[in-house]
Amino acid sequence: MAPRTLFDKVWAAHEVVAETADTPAVLYIDLHLIHEVTSPQAFSVLKGLGLPVRRPDRTLATMDHSTPTSTEQVFGGVPIKVDAAAKQVRQLEQNAAEFGVELFGMRDARRGIVHVISPELGATQPGMTIVCGDSHTSTHGAFGALAFGIGTTEVGHVFATQALLQRKPKTFAVNVEGQLRPGVTAKDLILAVIGKIGVSGGTGHVFEYRGSAIRALSMDERMTVCNMSIEAGARAGMVAPDDTTFAYLKNKPRAPQGSDWDSALARWRTLVTDPGAAFDCSVDIDASTIEPMITYGTNPGMVLPIRASIPNRLGDEVFDKALRYMGFHGGDAMLGKPVNVVFIGSCTNGRLADLQAAARILKGRKVAPGVRLLIVPGSQEVKREAEAAGYADIFKTAGADWRESGCSMCLGMNGDTVAAGQYSVSTSNRNFEGRQGVGARTLLVSPFTAAASAVQGRITDPREML
Amino acid sequence: MEAVVRVHSKTVVIPSSNIDTDQIIPARFLTTTTKEGLGLQLFADWRYQADGSPNPNFVLNRPESRGAQVLVAGRNFGCGSSREHAPWALLDFGFRAVISTEIADIFRGNSLKNGLLPIVVDDVVSQWLLDNPGAEVDIDLAAARLTLPTGVSVAFPLEAFARHCLLNGVDELGFLRARLSDIESYEAALPK
Ligand code: SF4
Repeated sequence: MAPRTLFDKVWAAHEVVAETADTPAVLYIDLHLIHEVTSPQAFSVLKGLGLPVRRPDRTLATMDHSTPTSTEQVFGGVPIKVDAAAKQVRQLEQNAAEFGVELFGMRDARRGIVHVISPELGATQPGMTIVCGDSHTSTHGAFGALAFGIGTTEVGHVFATQALLQRKPKTFAVNVEGQLRPGVTAKDLILAVIGKIGVSGGTGHVFEYRGSAIRALSMDERMTVCNMSIEAGARAGMVAPDDTTFAYLKNKPRAPQGSDWDSALARWRTLVTDPGAAFDCSVDIDASTIEPMITYGTNPGMVLPIRASIPNRLGDEVFDKALRYMGFHGGDAMLGKPVNVVFIGSCTNGRLADLQAAARILKGRKVAPGVRLLIVPGSQEVKREAEAAGYADIFKTAGADWRESGCSMCLGMNGDTVAAGQYSVSTSNRNFEGRQGVGARTLLVSPFTAAASAVQGRITDPREML
Repeated sequence: MEAVVRVHSKTVVIPSSNIDTDQIIPARFLTTTTKEGLGLQLFADWRYQADGSPNPNFVLNRPESRGAQVLVAGRNFGCGSSREHAPWALLDFGFRAVISTEIADIFRGNSLKNGLLPIVVDDVVSQWLLDNPGAEVDIDLAAARLTLPTGVSVAFPLEAFARHCLLNGVDELGFLRARLSDIESYEAALPK
């Protein structure tokens, strides 16, 4: 057989019916993740047609986007502040009960951001196809799964059939060789990739992240990288599974156990791109040249090394409009710019390794006066672990607001928002206009840079504080 | 889904590139559990001022935009989230087609499933459309051609199956469900 890429292997293994010139492939879906925002209309379609969820055993529901993060609202019986959000939460509870779908409800110890909990349960596994009505489903590609976001109509398709109609995307090798320097993280790496290829550079493609710098990353870090594939336009990003992957999954509650583990492992070890397999596209990046990165505009491609200055692009109206929104000017240095809010969390950087990084900087230090630091764990499990490791105490002593898990200020649906005109240094993945609140100005960074900037009250190179 | 055969309309131009789904429909409006009524919130942060009144400078609020069914936008329209609320809001407002040089993958798929036509054109045609807001254009789906009032007519890419579904109002779910026996045999062969 001709050499194949990792993507080709996973795709081929899930083709129920191959694509033709006239019709897309019928692609089987191993795992369907759902949340409260993009599922209600799909359940309504099922009800209208009198159809069941065909494979509830392959469907997992959580609530994360519009859920509150204040302990009193989650556990203390204080009503959810946002009415429509409360309705959405109730609707998912009803739908999950009616259709027999497993739901990690508001007070469940396993609840959290959908892209954080599925890996930590071991439900996300190499070689799977995983979909969710959420564009950051690309996160799960860190395990060598083919994982991508779908719209609500397609959520309905998966409910009803456990399959999707899909055209085969093209492949794109993102080769990252060399070693990241101290203080430079997986977040900086992916921001550098997006800066290089642009926010639509990956459209129509599936990334495979390859090379020694990728192999050296932990699973938490690989998830950070794959998470932001969509910010470069790619629907999915994958990393071939290896011993790091297998060690992470071993003994996770939903991972295969006993002899099933051994047979799964034998299968998973074949999930690599064969030598000589061709990609449709590729880019090469030297990890040792990457600096801590920060965005300065209104999409993740408007990104710079933190010590650089904002470029001038005379006559580029779109560029100028973004700078006006941000209140910045061409030629401005990023270092030293004032900060109002710092958000550490999200499916990009809300896992334990991210909180550990933040704790390393915040230990024995205080948040600058006038700065609000909000730290939101990616899941209740991450919350418990961070508390056990002592990070939560470090955060609270530093003056941070430590919350229950959820998407929170990543998209500001639950009432956790940034006020108009304020600067928010955030570990999330999108700096779109208004993403964190109407008129909010978002700067995307790593957890190191976020924590360092919270302490100094201005944009700070974290390497000064490590 | 209703069949779509032809769209003939004047255009509205929003020249920005990388218009993301958070602009098309901001997240705070996603708490709805239905598809209806989202047109009111389309481009909400551009369309309304802080006190909730319409921003008179925003193109959709200008009288000449009324009734336009074709939106012309800068490069890379619809990037960002998978929220199908974006095409729902555009359709609810009255748009039937979006034209850009590049349209993001998930938005494109979501649009096709709801009968909103994502039309990709080259830089020359795009620039002409950006420079001529209000132009009467004709979109012929059967021929997959866009015709400008100058008489210039260009083909646009449209996958055969998507075109078939749009022209005939075919519901993809019906098509998929007709493959259920294949899906069952596939499942039967999976490793336990
Ligand atoms: S944390 Fe942000 S990006 Fe991730 S799923 Fe939630 S809203 Fe989406």
